Formats: sequence, structure tokens, C-alpha cells
Amino acid sequence: MLKQRDVVSVDDIETDEMFAIFELAKKYENLLKSGKRISDFESKIMATFFYEPSTRTRLSFESAMHRLGGSVLSVPEPKSSSAAKGETLADTMRMASAYSDIIVIRHPLDGSARLASKFSSVPVINGGDGSGQHPTQTLLDLYTMWKEFGGFDKLTITVLGDLKYGRTTHSLIRMLSRFKANVNLVSPDTLKMPEHVISALPKNFKVNVTGDLNAVLPKTDVLYVTRIQKERFVDPNEYQGVIGAYSINLETTQEMKKGSIIMHPLPRIDEITPDVDETVNARYFQQAANGVPVRMALISKMLGVN
Amino acid sequence: MEENNKSTLKVSKIRDGIVIDHIDHGKALKVLSTLGISGGEEFTVSVLMNVKSKTMNSFKDVVKIERRVLKKVELDRISLVSPGATINIIKNFEIERKFKVEIPDSIIGIVKCSNQNCISNNKEPVSAEFRVESKNPLILRCVYCDRTMIQPEICHKI
Repeated sequence: MLKQRDVVSVDDIETDEMFAIFELAKKYENLLKSGKRISDFESKIMATFFYEPSTRTRLSFESAMHRLGGSVLSVPEPKSSSAAKGETLADTMRMASAYSDIIVIRHPLDGSARLASKFSSVPVINGGDGSGQHPTQTLLDLYTMWKEFGGFDKLTITVLGDLKYGRTTHSLIRMLSRFKANVNLVSPDTLKMPEHVISALPKNFKVNVTGDLNAVLPKTDVLYVTRIQKERFVDPNEYQGVIGAYSINLETTQEMKKGSIIMHPLPRIDEITPDVDETVNARYFQQAANGVPVRMALISKMLGVN
Repeated sequence: MEENNKSTLKVSKIRDGIVIDHIDHGKALKVLSTLGISGGEEFTVSVLMNVKSKTMNSFKDVVKIERRVLKKVELDRISLVSPGATINIIKNFEIERKFKVEIPDSIIGIVKCSNQNCISNNKEPVSAEFRVESKNPLILRCVYCDRTMIQPEICHKI
């Protein structure tokens, strides 16, 4: 079980553990709706270290811990922490694990969460490491699909956008590769899914790499749209070349099959126009809301209370 | 006889030391640099490049180093530069032991990650660490950032 283990990559979560998280998340969702108070974690403390900007991930983790009855310690600004004085991440983690029961970290460097887990004596959750992975986003993404479709086999999922730097897409296809899902990867040429992500997938899991959204849209059950990760471009000219390369609007939704949904890890910039928000396809706000019960369930499993 | 002499390699046998044979041609200098041998040492180093190989049916490099032993980490380094290399340990002009280098399953502290954004390239108290995903062709995967590296990138990062 997940008790006292780290969740740095989706590989750290077994498939049966993921479904157990979903079942518990559903219970928490109902409890939250009923307004009942949960106090299972009154003596537990979560420390959050966000070295990169975050709104949803940070708020939903902190909300999840508060909703479980626990407390949260957080560094408001990395500039005000010891990292600004040159302290290594290793030392920060050693110290933080003495102050808390569980740690959530987001950091701009790839592999930072793996390093954090090596030096922390309490479980570490990766809240996003550079252009590496974002496993808890994948949990809530798949929870959203699971609630909608009941499973992933035979589902056609089209992932659109910045597949090179978008860490949510890296974790997503890695987890989807455990199922018999059909995955289309649609992106501009310069933002294709990196080879190191594709090569890590099981050999029998095939993805369809294309630049043509229209060709795959009519058969798509889930259109997963991502933002172009402006902050990760080394070459500003490369960014200029892909601005506005794709946009989902009302016309796009008319090409989609009945019952299909549109997801987005948010924030969005202009890749989904606001008029899509009111369509029957839009699920991105519910998806973001699912972040709280899913993270409550994950924390609960990792701390071993449920 | 004179004709035969002309076709003989003019490198004498070593008394004690090592002969690194079957190095991929053109990699001898890289092997020496990974062993930290720059030429200023007090022992004799012979380098043969682009020698006709009988077993490989192609060209190879050979390095002979007098009065030198190899540590495990040095054997691992050689295996990454030239996976087909063989080591001959020489004692009193005779081959005492002969074996092929072997690529280990994990590589720690030998190769730097080619991803500049990897935490292992930052000022942290860890060595770069890789899992060997494939030995032929050689593919390393970083334990931290998950990036893969292949030749000749691996050679450059040793």
C-alpha cells in the first residue's frame, strides 16, 4: 500500500492503488457535499514547498489537508526561504521532514522531487518538477475520466498542445499506457512528445502521433488540451513560432462526437475560447474541482489513516 | 625477413601492466582520458590506433600501460566508451588474466546528465545516476529526470 511511500512519478502508484484512491475520493466528495467535518488528521502536518508559481495545485493540496482536519506549513515565497541563501534542496528536505508528516514540492528543475524523496524521512509528493512529471494531476485527470466513462479501455484520448514541456501530458500517457486506451498525440512539430517519454512506454502500447486534429477529433472521447509552456522555452523565437498554433472554439465542439468531453489542466491562455465553457463538452472546471477530493484521498492513503 | 619486420608493429611487449585491446577504433584517446592518463605520468603508455583486427574483421585501437592496475570504476568507464574492449593483465611478460569489460546495470558518478535542467547538474550532494536501459545499443536513463542518453553523448559526458 501507499502508506509512507513517496509519489514522485505515476510509476510509484500501482493500478489497484489508483482505483482505491478514486473510491476514497468519491467518498470524500460526498462528505464535502454533505458539509460534514473530518478530523482524522488532526495531529498531522503537511509542509508545502512551491519554488514555482502555482494556483490550483497549491490551493487544492492545502485545502485537502485542511479539509482532512490537518495543518499546513508553507513557505510563502521561495525568495524568503533558505534556498535564497544557497541552501541545497537536500538540506531543506532533511530539515522539513523533521517539522512535518508529509511534504509536497514543486520545483523548476527536472528530477527535484526524486532528489527530495531521497533526503526526506517523511513521504514526498511531487507537485510538478520542471518539465518532468506531475503525478497528482494525472490522478485527478483520470478520476475525471473515470467518473465520466467508468474506465479507460477502448477510450480514445486526444492530447493536444505543448507535449514537449507539458509535464501533465508526460504523466498522463505513462499512466494511460497501463490500459487499452487509444491515444492520439497532436502538437506542432516543435512541441512533440519527447523521445524519452515515448521510449519509456510499454512496447505494446501504441500512440498515434499527428499534427492534424481534425483527422482524429470525430472519434475522440476526451480532448485533453494543454497550454504552451512559455516559461520553459530556452529560445524566445521558438515560442513566437508556436503562439496560437491551435485553438479550441465552438466550431471545434461541433465536430466532436456525442458524449465527448474537453479537459485542460489549467491555467488556459487562449487555447480554449471562453464560449466553450458553457458547452456540454467542457469539463475543465470540474476537473480542477476534483483536485481536492483526489488529493485528500492520496494524502489519506500515504499517511495510512484510511 | 626484412619484409616481415616491416609489417610487424613496432611496439614492444610490456613486463607488468595492462593491455586494453579491441577498443572501438578512434576511441583510444578517450579511453586514456577517462583513466586520467594525460602523458605526463612516469610509466610507459603505448597507443595503437586503427590497427587491423582479426576477430572484429575491422579496425581497432589498443592501449598498453606499464605498471598500472584498473579499479572497478575505471573498468565501468571503459565499458561505456568502448563496450567491446578486452582487458589483459600482464605479469612478467605473460597474460595473467584476460576478460571483457562489462557494462554494469547502473551507472553512478561516471556520466553527467545531458539535461542541463536536471537536478543532478545542480549544486546538490548527489552524483548523477543512471539505469542501463539497453546495453546494445547503449541507452542510459537518468534516475532523477528520466531523460535518456545514447552514444556519442554518453562519451562526451564522461
